[in-house]
Amino acid sequence: MNATAPSIEALANQEYKWGFVTEIEADTIPKGLNEDVIRMISAKKNEPEFMLEWRLKSYRQWLKMEEPQWPNVHYPRIDYQDIIYYSAPATKVGPKSLDEVDPELLRTYEKLGIPLKEQELLAGIAVDIVFDSVSVATTFKAKLAELGIIFCSFSEAVQEHPELIQKYLGSVVPHSDNFFAALNAAVFSDGSFCYVPKGVRCPMELSTYFRINAKDTGQFERTLIIADEGAYVSYLEGCTAPMRDNNQLHAAVVELVALDNAQIKYSTVQNWYPGDKQGKGGIYNFVTKRGKCLGDNSKISWTQVETGSAITWKYPSCILIGDNSVGEFYSVALTNNYQQADTGTKMIHIGKNTRSTIVSKGISAGHGQNTYRGMVKILKSAAGARNYSQCDSLLLGDQCGAHTFPYLEVKNTSSQVEHEASTSKIGEDQIFYCRQRGISSEDAVSMIVHGFCKEVFRELPMEFAVEAQKLLGISLEGSVG
Amino acid sequence: MALLEIKNLHASVAGKEILSGIDLTVNTGEVHAIMGPNGSGKSTLAQVLAGRDLYQVTDGQVLYDGKDLLNMPPEERAQEGIFIAFQYPVEIPGVSNMYFLKAALNTIRKRRGLEELDAMDFLTLVKEKLALVEMDPAFLNRPVNAGFSGGEKKRNEIFQMAVLEPRLAILDETDSGLDIDALKIVANGVNQFRTRDRAMIVVTHYQRLLNYIVPDQVHVLANGRIVKSGGKDLALELDQSGYAGLEEAVTA
Repeated sequence: MNATAPSIEALANQEYKWGFVTEIEADTIPKGLNEDVIRMISAKKNEPEFMLEWRLKSYRQWLKMEEPQWPNVHYPRIDYQDIIYYSAPATKVGPKSLDEVDPELLRTYEKLGIPLKEQELLAGIAVDIVFDSVSVATTFKAKLAELGIIFCSFSEAVQEHPELIQKYLGSVVPHSDNFFAALNAAVFSDGSFCYVPKGVRCPMELSTYFRINAKDTGQFERTLIIADEGAYVSYLEGCTAPMRDNNQLHAAVVELVALDNAQIKYSTVQNWYPGDKQGKGGIYNFVTKRGKCLGDNSKISWTQVETGSAITWKYPSCILIGDNSVGEFYSVALTNNYQQADTGTKMIHIGKNTRSTIVSKGISAGHGQNTYRGMVKILKSAAGARNYSQCDSLLLGDQCGAHTFPYLEVKNTSSQVEHEASTSKIGEDQIFYCRQRGISSEDAVSMIVHGFCKEVFRELPMEFAVEAQKLLGISLEGSVG
Repeated sequence: MALLEIKNLHASVAGKEILSGIDLTVNTGEVHAIMGPNGSGKSTLAQVLAGRDLYQVTDGQVLYDGKDLLNMPPEERAQEGIFIAFQYPVEIPGVSNMYFLKAALNTIRKRRGLEELDAMDFLTLVKEKLALVEMDPAFLNRPVNAGFSGGEKKRNEIFQMAVLEPRLAILDETDSGLDIDALKIVANGVNQFRTRDRAMIVVTHYQRLLNYIVPDQVHVLANGRIVKSGGKDLALELDQSGYAGLEEAVTA
């Protein structure tokens, strides 16, 4: 009766589809890190003095810091002198329009499913693209500029809007925040910048696609988004990388600032190369993301779908300073094969009547290890603060693990904190039940997983939700049994 | 015509033989009851017909509508019109009954060359079928079997059967855990389902259910074989004399 046995094993591990390498001329500096390298990066970007000072200050701080050992992940020590800190597609001058972008690069984005030209015309999503370390194209810029919205590469913002950079850079994630954030501050080469002026509601989704292409490079990009009083912006971020045998480091920093009555919605679909079935290769995704609800009644909402990377270390957080401000964190993190994820959030309540919601869905399959780590901190000043946390874990198979580390710290008596958690397992009997009703194994798994994740998916913008669902399906195929 | 032909079926689990040569032919329009003591192989037979891979078929053949059933994966058997009402329906948290059943119905319809039903047509259909088993429409939005009472789970199985309209339905101890009112509701749902082009196998330990679902034939299973077959009166006979005599007859 072999023919009727689920051929789940055979379906296992559909290949990573985004693993191609683009042959493109790159401007790369030698491996290793020292002050000269930092000066070189800063000089290449023609940065003002304050930027170089900030980088050097960060580097000196970084030298004194220790790589964090507390996450529930395991990997060999990283040799920081064996990484290339700057790689950029070789173009003499930054492109003025898409026509000036290397066609090979545009083809890469088409393979990734981002037909820039079409998108520019049809989809109504403004895209900034970061290839290796450098931002190569930003669509829709002119249209956004009419509303006073600045959406451009970080480098360009440094040149064109130094006053905004100087004011907000490091204001949410200080240069000395943590080991990886300090490293990023020292060597980051590009990223995205967005400023939405007072009272403006950004009429389209803004989007950045990150791609690591060159070998042995680390990617250190930085995103800074500022929503001025009463502004609204929804921002999407996607990531892919080629398949490589060695591990590559991605240490990004994202800073969000929301002023009075402003709202920022930040969505991520992270699909960095996760390594092969034996756990060889893959991206180390060590990222610091934090939002500051500086103004009263402001709101920052993080939604993430994490399916890629060999190791994910990431805690998109909210500092709720303004009274009545709101922080949200919706997460689906999936680990399959030998992937490890230690992810969660921090909600720091400082202002009165601040509210936060945490919904975390961890899915573990294969030998994957999935950890939720979250902190809810309610300071004495945060009278009437409320938090609701929900952490659910779903296990597929018996080789994987799910771990939950919630930290709650409440310093006043007028606040309310709720925490709910559950762990469940997709069983062979559930799959069989579905199959007996005519539904294939793969469809059954994706149906159950989708049911498990739907509270998070409904927070994603429509087109991203569809993509996220597909990604989960692909990442999980064959993982039951 | 013969819808199901089981010939000399042997099956084992973890090396232990449970079915030791079953022969059974079920024609369209017929209802067959399979009775027998605990451990006689009744549920194994249902599971093997469903394609559960816990059981290894070691010998024999099963033809369904003239096709080799044992070579079909479980979902294909379902799409071809075989339905099992499980003894212990599993819970699927997070997936609503509505979503689940619509996915199931549409894969089956696709196989039959019918168009997929949209949400509106589907809703009309399920509401009509819900009435059959006297279930509240609010139930459609609840997750599959999660938090259901034993009786609700059994009713849900019959409701699914009514929606999916299989050609061969196998009811595995559908009566267990049902009180008499629920039993009547379930039996009523099943009886409305009986037509000339469908067939049914009712697996049960007790005669009680057969008062409401009257079989055309009754078979007694003991030690993995059919030891006696007869009409509906055989069930009554067994109710009085028990299985003991039959088991002895086989092992002697």
